[in-house]
Amino acid sequence: MEQKPIYLDNNATTPVDSAVVEAMLPFFTEHFGNASSIHAFGSEVGKALKKARSQVQTLLGAEHDSEIIFTSCGTESDSTAILSALKAQPERNTVITTNVEHPAILALCEWLEKEGCVVHKLKVDKKGRIDMDEYKSLLNDRVAVVSAMWANNETGTIFPVEEMAELASAKGIMFHTDAVQAVGKIPIDLKKSKIDMLSLSGHKLHAPKGIGVLYLRRGCRFRPLLRGGHQERGRRAGTENSPSIVGLGKACELAMQKMNFENTEVRRLRDRLEKGILSRVTHCFPTGDLSNRLPNTSNIAFEYIEGEAILLLLNKMGIAGSSGSACTSGSLEPSHVMRAMGIPYTAAHGTIRFSLSVYNTEEEIDRVIEAVPPIIAQLRKLSPYWADKGPTDNPETEFAPIYA
Amino acid sequence: MWEYSDKVREHFFNPRNSGPLEQANGIGDVGSIQCGDALRLMLKVDPDTEIIQDAHFQTFGCGSAIASSSALTEIIKGMTLDQALEVSNQNIADYLDGLPPEKMHCSVMGREALQAAIANYRGEEWSDDHEEGALICKCFAIDAVMIEDVVQANDLNTVEEVTFYTKAGGGCAACHEGIEEILAKVKAERAGPGEVSPPPACPATPEAPKPPAKKLSIVEKVKKIEEVLESVRPMLQRDHGDVELADVQGKKIYVHLKGACSGCMMEAATLGGIQQKMIESLGELVQVLPSSHMPAEA
Repeated sequence: MEQKPIYLDNNATTPVDSAVVEAMLPFFTEHFGNASSIHAFGSEVGKALKKARSQVQTLLGAEHDSEIIFTSCGTESDSTAILSALKAQPERNTVITTNVEHPAILALCEWLEKEGCVVHKLKVDKKGRIDMDEYKSLLNDRVAVVSAMWANNETGTIFPVEEMAELASAKGIMFHTDAVQAVGKIPIDLKKSKIDMLSLSGHKLHAPKGIGVLYLRRGCRFRPLLRGGHQERGRRAGTENSPSIVGLGKACELAMQKMNFENTEVRRLRDRLEKGILSRVTHCFPTGDLSNRLPNTSNIAFEYIEGEAILLLLNKMGIAGSSGSACTSGSLEPSHVMRAMGIPYTAAHGTIRFSLSVYNTEEEIDRVIEAVPPIIAQLRKLSPYWADKGPTDNPETEFAPIYA
Repeated sequence: MWEYSDKVREHFFNPRNSGPLEQANGIGDVGSIQCGDALRLMLKVDPDTEIIQDAHFQTFGCGSAIASSSALTEIIKGMTLDQALEVSNQNIADYLDGLPPEKMHCSVMGREALQAAIANYRGEEWSDDHEEGALICKCFAIDAVMIEDVVQANDLNTVEEVTFYTKAGGGCAACHEGIEEILAKVKAERAGPGEVSPPPACPATPEAPKPPAKKLSIVEKVKKIEEVLESVRPMLQRDHGDVELADVQGKKIYVHLKGACSGCMMEAATLGGIQQKMIESLGELVQVLPSSHMPAEA
């Protein structure tokens, strides 16, 4: 009998909650109007957008609802924030970020470097933590913006963004955080922080794809990315994606209600999964800062085997995860996050990320714990780095292939 | 995720001849832990007949690396060493009903392991062959000899194709110039003495070659276009695709991409390669476009 598939790739994307779908549906049909219109068709939509804005405001702990700008995705929010900071402060040409950011930030920064900006990427240690002294030493009056992710998408490691924002603010430097993985999973209270800009993405918290938010602190200098109509107070032109905005509002309300559940029950299941696998499989280890990470994420490096092969076998069992191996990313090198943490190649290629959601059950987790060990054993049997019960005595020298 | 053929999946889920081979008398270790592929091929060769009686593998790598290794052992069992040396990476890919372009290097690795194992059996130092070449791609430790061999064997024309087959150029991109030089060199050798043409420009921004002595008539032009298409068809057919001429309108050449080529994510690269050949053959700047771009009938 086919068993129900188990989805443990919620850091990639999440299913839309049925209550969110229900909230959205009328805005495709009866409430199809344009919020800018004077007539009744438009005003209903306008009210719904206002409600959604306040739902997002509540989840973020923003002081004003006008600080919420709806965008099309997290990437748009990231680009808007960093380009705005540079454009609004032409006397500043430097960006500080970290070398474990999402490509939405890193690829943009690489391009900015070609355009003549100076980009400093903070290094991380073996647990994926930045060095605050290095950070402090880089803050000067040439820095337009600091952009650091709130939580890492691969390991779940949380950066001390509130403290970093305080330090930046003290030097008069804008602070942006890519919080797409953090929002909805850990409590956030922006009015108590010095964070100037924050990006979030709807589809990471059970809202649909194609909707994002840029939080922009009142008083923060701003230049829009998209110019045109007066939508979002002229800060992001383009007709509002009203069904998705309504959906995101509902998803934020649900996330607020489930915040405690996420940090107790989801955390418990994540820990159960991680402990279960670590106790049954030798030569594997969890990556990231285990004491300070998202409650839903576990990233385990399985040594001497390759991640895509693991995923294909998991997929055959109906289990969905993701990997930092070169082969799965489409690039030819393993994940930049694993490389930045100094994870050796023999392990970096075999990293598997399990990311849970509030919908996962203990029964599912137990099925995964049972499924993983035979898969790892099967692939290790094929591996030239592996002897009968463990790695070859000296894996790096015993199997030293040509042109390695 | 990748579109793997059923055969690739089948060989990955049920690999043949995996694990150590006790009586192996020829062993080839190739690959690199850095890029996530490494393969040990073990052969049991009959010393009298030089027939490969058994072949086993151990592979660190993705689904297609494991499937390629499995396929390789099946292909070579029962062959003599000289027959086995004739096996190309394309033979391995064909055996598996094709590999995604980004995964062709898995089949290249298989062929390399085979050469290494046979050299090991014969007491030869296979790596010497490699040390002759200058290191071109530092990210993936690929040297000039390897790139040149693969370019020749597979009739490659662009840096992108070289990256798909060898990984070279897929990292920091610092070696793209070096790869272009090799492509130009191989091409010059192919053209034979006296016909040396300048290295190919990037297909995206072709430079106009010198105009031919006289302007081609429309019939001559279409003939030349057909010749170029005929020359690329075997390569496309190997990947279960095909191409045929749809129309010529001034400088725009419209083609039907068929089979696996239609809708393939490599469509732009394929057309770019064809365009480059057209420009060289016709001696004028032309654009090669999919037939879907043809203007509607008036």
